[in-house]
Amino acid sequence: MFRRTISAVATAVFTLLWAAPPAKAGATMDAVLARGELVCGINTGFIGFSYPNERGEWKGLDVDLCRGLAAALFGDPQKVRFVPLTPSTRFTAVTSGEVDVLFRNSTETMLRDVTLGLRAITPYFYDGHSFMVAASSGINKAVELDGATICLLQGTTNEQITADFFRRNNLSFTPVVFERSEQARDALKAGRCDSFGSDVGNLAAVRLSMEDPSAWKILDERLSKEPYGPFVRRGDDEWYDVVRWYVNALFQAEESGITAANVEQIAASTNDADLRRLLGVTPELGKALKLDPKWVVNAIKAVGNYGEMFERNLGRNSPLGLPRGLNEQWTKGGLIYALPMR
Amino acid sequence: MTATRLHDRTTQALRTKRPGRRWSWRDPALRGVVWQVLVVGAVLVAVGWLAVNTHQNLMSRRIASGFGFLGSESGLPIGEHLISYAPTDTYFRALLVGSLNTLRVAVSGILLATILGTAIGLARLSRNWLLAKFAAVYVEALRNLPLLLHLLLIYALLQALPPPRAALNPLAGIYLSNRGLVLPILEWAPAHGWCLAALALGVAGTFAYGRWARWRQAKDGQPRRIAPVALVLIAGLPTLAAIATDAPLSTVWPELRGFNFRGGVSLSPEYFALLLGLVLYTAAFIAEIVRAGVLSVRKGQWEAAQALGLPRSLILRKIVLPQALRVIIPPLINQYLNLTKNSSLAVAIGFQDIVSVANTTINQTGQAIEGIAIVMAVYLTISLSISLFMNWYNRRTAWAER
Repeated sequence: MFRRTISAVATAVFTLLWAAPPAKAGATMDAVLARGELVCGINTGFIGFSYPNERGEWKGLDVDLCRGLAAALFGDPQKVRFVPLTPSTRFTAVTSGEVDVLFRNSTETMLRDVTLGLRAITPYFYDGHSFMVAASSGINKAVELDGATICLLQGTTNEQITADFFRRNNLSFTPVVFERSEQARDALKAGRCDSFGSDVGNLAAVRLSMEDPSAWKILDERLSKEPYGPFVRRGDDEWYDVVRWYVNALFQAEESGITAANVEQIAASTNDADLRRLLGVTPELGKALKLDPKWVVNAIKAVGNYGEMFERNLGRNSPLGLPRGLNEQWTKGGLIYALPMR
Repeated sequence: MTATRLHDRTTQALRTKRPGRRWSWRDPALRGVVWQVLVVGAVLVAVGWLAVNTHQNLMSRRIASGFGFLGSESGLPIGEHLISYAPTDTYFRALLVGSLNTLRVAVSGILLATILGTAIGLARLSRNWLLAKFAAVYVEALRNLPLLLHLLLIYALLQALPPPRAALNPLAGIYLSNRGLVLPILEWAPAHGWCLAALALGVAGTFAYGRWARWRQAKDGQPRRIAPVALVLIAGLPTLAAIATDAPLSTVWPELRGFNFRGGVSLSPEYFALLLGLVLYTAAFIAEIVRAGVLSVRKGQWEAAQALGLPRSLILRKIVLPQALRVIIPPLINQYLNLTKNSSLAVAIGFQDIVSVANTTINQTGQAIEGIAIVMAVYLTISLSISLFMNWYNRRTAWAER
């Protein structure tokens, strides 16, 4: 009787010691496929990037990027679970494995890429830091904000950029640091802050959510470069490849004129070797990523190419009405440049 | 089993009272040792496995570990700081500033909540119907709403105050706006050091006089008024020192310049909302503790004191409260600790306490384990200090049972 118990305990201890080697980073892809859904980290509420609409469905560029990735993996854009994250919890959520990938308007910087246990992938939105002030304040330049109280978001690059800017110009300011964008907006509206410092896309969304958007203005200056890109956990090259080339494929699709409407037709009829590869008529790209050869077709059918996603969520026909600007294709003077997919 | 055999066994057991280690499962001592070794071993293996696993994962993701980051420049702006701080300072200093902000709200919160809670608790026992009912409504209303709700409500109310340009100005130099409360402040001069020293001397003198007065009263039964002496010592000595050292009495008046008030000392709405929320909420609990403590003193004590002709306020102060304290203090410690830990809700209203600063630090350095460990260490230090002090005070007020 006792011998049996002892041996059971011993087995348990040995199992713990030997049979359960430390969980290694890697095999994210296997885990995602086995789970049958992608877990995607998004913003808690940011018009144009990720926000729930009146029916409680998540909408926005970041959300579409998640759905497209789910479509590329499973052939079904619905096989994705969204995890809304605040600025200060987003990266920990990726490193701890709570989410598989972060599409959450996050700026890529060298130290984030190298020291946070993350990998920053192809930027998909180029933005810059600015300040929003009341239109009636008469402020036109950032240097006129000397002595102002400025609302900021905890754990963003904007915190450091604002501090650096004021230090460089020998000016002073009082920060009020909030966890969520809505709190900062309310504080700005109530007059607790003279200004809200954030990326222009975010400011545009906040401005739109004000009762009278025309009462607020965003300064023309851009104090920083804020390239948003997806983030994945460090140490899993396979998964990194999937996310990297998925974003690249969306860029390439726009450049090649492939849209949600015509993708099937082009795939069926094209003689172009590059397009045949991209659309999986010849299966080497999908095979290299261990994906369905139709991975790009599935993604484009679900969410469209990069340009379609941009126009739908941020562009002229959307509430935000942002110009393409730097986010235009390289052929039209922008920075969106797909690497050759061959 | 016959009686003889039983007897034999007992004597045998007595004879072999301390047997040598028998290598058999029937030996309870050996079984005990084996089980303990196994349990401790399993715990050690589990802890070791966790450590190795964490270390490997951190290594494979190239996340630095250790506290080296504390020495590098933080770059994060902090609105309120008790010690001088700039974004060029290190993470260590930023976290220190955050800890001091936590401590600042916890200490003032504990003091104010104790005063308010005691007042409400006594009011609830008052013979004045209106006062007692008001206190009861206060307690029931405030302790049954979540603290977060209090904070958000108070903060929203404070934000509804007029902007700085239209600030309320109840007294000269005092401005109340949605940027907070601004007060004038004396311009610091070295001579003021002497005034502070005189003040300390005055307080010490009052304390000594109080003890002397009690000692005399024990001898001749004459009560002596302490208030006049206290006034002379506490107010008179610093004034005398100010005149003697010719201390300048120039005041820095806050004035509206540009966006905000410059000069003077200011209380931010974030700090004020947090402090007020914590005080109002915790006071409701403290009131009940005080009420329970007072009710725990037997009615005979009141009656005996009344029979001696003591006035009600004196009975409360000299007879009832000292006895009630031993019931009040242990649960009071809990409330103090709760208040301290609840101050971490500061994040919800934008007050930069230790949690807020640590959050940004974790986000910038990626060192979540170290960041959380620092937050835990800070709260643990503050809480244990409160515990130690209050336990000491509890022992002091406890009855010496004879």
